[in-house]
Amino acid sequence: MFVLRAEGVTKTLNEGGNSVTLVREIDLDIAPGEFVAITGPSGSGKSSLLYLLGLLDAPSAGRIWLDGVDTSPLDSGALAAVRLAKLGFVFQFHFLLPEFTAFENVMIPMRRLGALDGPTMRTRAGDLLAELDLTPEAGKRPGQLSGGQRQRVAIARALANDPRVILADEPTGNLDTTNARNVFEIFARLTGSGDRTVIVVTHDVDLAARAGRRVHVVDGRIAVA
Amino acid sequence: MRVLFDIALAHLANRKRQSVVSIGGVAMGVGFFIAMAAMMSGFQSYFIAKVIDVSPHVVMKDEFRRAPLQPINRTYPNAAVFLQGLRPLDELRGIREARATIEQIENMGGIAAAPTLRGPIILRYGSKDVSGTMVGIEPARERRVTNIESDMVTGKLEGLLSTANGIVLGAGLASKLGVGMNDTLSAISPAGIVLAMKVVGIFSTGVTTIDNFEAYSLLKKSQILQNRANVVNQLRMRLDDVKLARLTADALEARYGYRTESWEEANSNVLGIFVIQNAIMYSSVGAILVVAGFGIFNILSTVIYEKTRDIAILRSLGFSEGDVRRIFLTQGVIVGLLGTALGWVLGFALTELLASIKFNMEGFVKTEGFVLDRSFRHYWLVAIFALVISGLAAFLPARRAARLRPVDIIRGAA
Ligand SMILES: Nc1ncnc2c1ncn2[C@@H]1O[C@H](COP(=O)(O)OP(=O)(O)OP(=O)(O)O)[C@@H](O)[C@H]1O
Ligand SMILES: [Mg+2]
Repeated sequence: MFVLRAEGVTKTLNEGGNSVTLVREIDLDIAPGEFVAITGPSGSGKSSLLYLLGLLDAPSAGRIWLDGVDTSPLDSGALAAVRLAKLGFVFQFHFLLPEFTAFENVMIPMRRLGALDGPTMRTRAGDLLAELDLTPEAGKRPGQLSGGQRQRVAIARALANDPRVILADEPTGNLDTTNARNVFEIFARLTGSGDRTVIVVTHDVDLAARAGRRVHVVDGRIAVA
Repeated sequence: MRVLFDIALAHLANRKRQSVVSIGGVAMGVGFFIAMAAMMSGFQSYFIAKVIDVSPHVVMKDEFRRAPLQPINRTYPNAAVFLQGLRPLDELRGIREARATIEQIENMGGIAAAPTLRGPIILRYGSKDVSGTMVGIEPARERRVTNIESDMVTGKLEGLLSTANGIVLGAGLASKLGVGMNDTLSAISPAGIVLAMKVVGIFSTGVTTIDNFEAYSLLKKSQILQNRANVVNQLRMRLDDVKLARLTADALEARYGYRTESWEEANSNVLGIFVIQNAIMYSSVGAILVVAGFGIFNILSTVIYEKTRDIAILRSLGFSEGDVRRIFLTQGVIVGLLGTALGWVLGFALTELLASIKFNMEGFVKTEGFVLDRSFRHYWLVAIFALVISGLAAFLPARRAARLRPVDIIRGAA
């Protein structure tokens, strides 16, 4: 049983007549509870692969299954709904909504999903922030937070709808060693319970070593699985 | 959805000054529309009410819409030779069998009719000559057809009956001549007849064309003055239901052949001006709102440009293209709604301001200030228009925002 499965996934861009292939014929199975690190040289197609696995971009060929469902026939609206309920993203830059406080940023995916009532959502947001040691920062806007704090708020927000898979693109790229290690510990903790899956793109070999599994991408292909 | 609304609001709050300017633009358009519509529509309905009140609803004239066929043409309808310089036969003008016609018309029900003889005259008082129109009436019948009696400033319509050669003048005409009650002036007709007439009344209807040009005398005196014994050249009619004027006029014209005009046709020049007036108002106020629409377009384009990153975040969180579109459309609608609300207040204030201005004006009708139509219909009309404009102005930027591909943005930012 796999939570995420890629089969022959290829992404080709056509720009002004010449086509660029970012990702070639990727086959990948990821089981629930796995902590996967995607590594590879710059420009090898790690980010592109992550966007495809996260249903943010559509493959030119191949299929991606999430939770046993083939996502290739889904339209943009249905894919958004899947992202909302089952996936959580963390990017290198903090990517929080600047007008909203840390607490409100965590609330936004829950409010959009609308699965919980107001008090439950607020309790959950508070719990998530507490879990990431952010309780004192709950009422602050992103501009008032440090880089590490912002990244942890982004992780809390990615966790808001209790997703099946967390996808992170160089989440520690902007952080110092301590904060970076901290983020990786959080990921390790999340996957520890055995149900939640984390896929992290990183070029930090030390950190990648902490992941349960490494996928090395070279030139758009998986080199060592 | 509340969360979409909150995001929309946060975006607008982020650009406070631009939002306020956009809202102000919509408010101006809405406010001016309400005030101008109150003024225009107020004046127009006042004019129409006046005209309906003062003048007959339908007038039958001793004219024909098309020149009658000449005997030569009637005899040879498909003649190969065309005669030029054909002069029509002299005809005795006037409505034939006017009395019988009046009786027939009144028997139709819902119509009161009165015979008149209208003709040009010159009134002379001292050294002043003023041209006008003499309307010969039968007071008993006339009062069922027009409200001239209630518009008398001095004197009475009955005065015509009790004085040998009585004349009732419009206030404007009287002041041009410089005559007052009981003065005697000379009336000179194109037929060359001169009558000394005594002023027995002055009226003021408020309709300038009547007050400045019309004089009334007994039908008999007019016939003498114009040297047209027993001739009646107009039948003036009043309907119980003024809305039937056009239909009635058409029916009577079809039946009797004489040109018969409803009040709309008689005042078609003024009503035509109203149409142009309205077109000018709607297009100029519409232009303000269109400019306001550009303001909305502008602010949304700016917001979207600044917020591409946020759009990508929202999309990665699982917001759909439709959600993004709705967020920006909502911003347009918020600006439209706030602008409309503010514009209603502004429009109300402007209308009250106009109402407080007092002046004397003599246009088509005489007024002592703006006649205002404070109908709530204008408020709704402009609100709908403003919201449609706001929605359209927001639509293009919103669609562009929805079409942004999150991957491109995230790549660009990373
Ligand atoms: N829009 C685009 N048009 C053309 N080429 C592109 C486009 N986007 C990405 N690429 C190319 O695709 C390749 C893969 O890009 P990708 O961002 O996935 O690499 P990456 O492994 O994440 O690199 P990095 O470690 O530097 O982030 C790169 O060579 C990049 O130049
Ligand atoms: Mg990358």
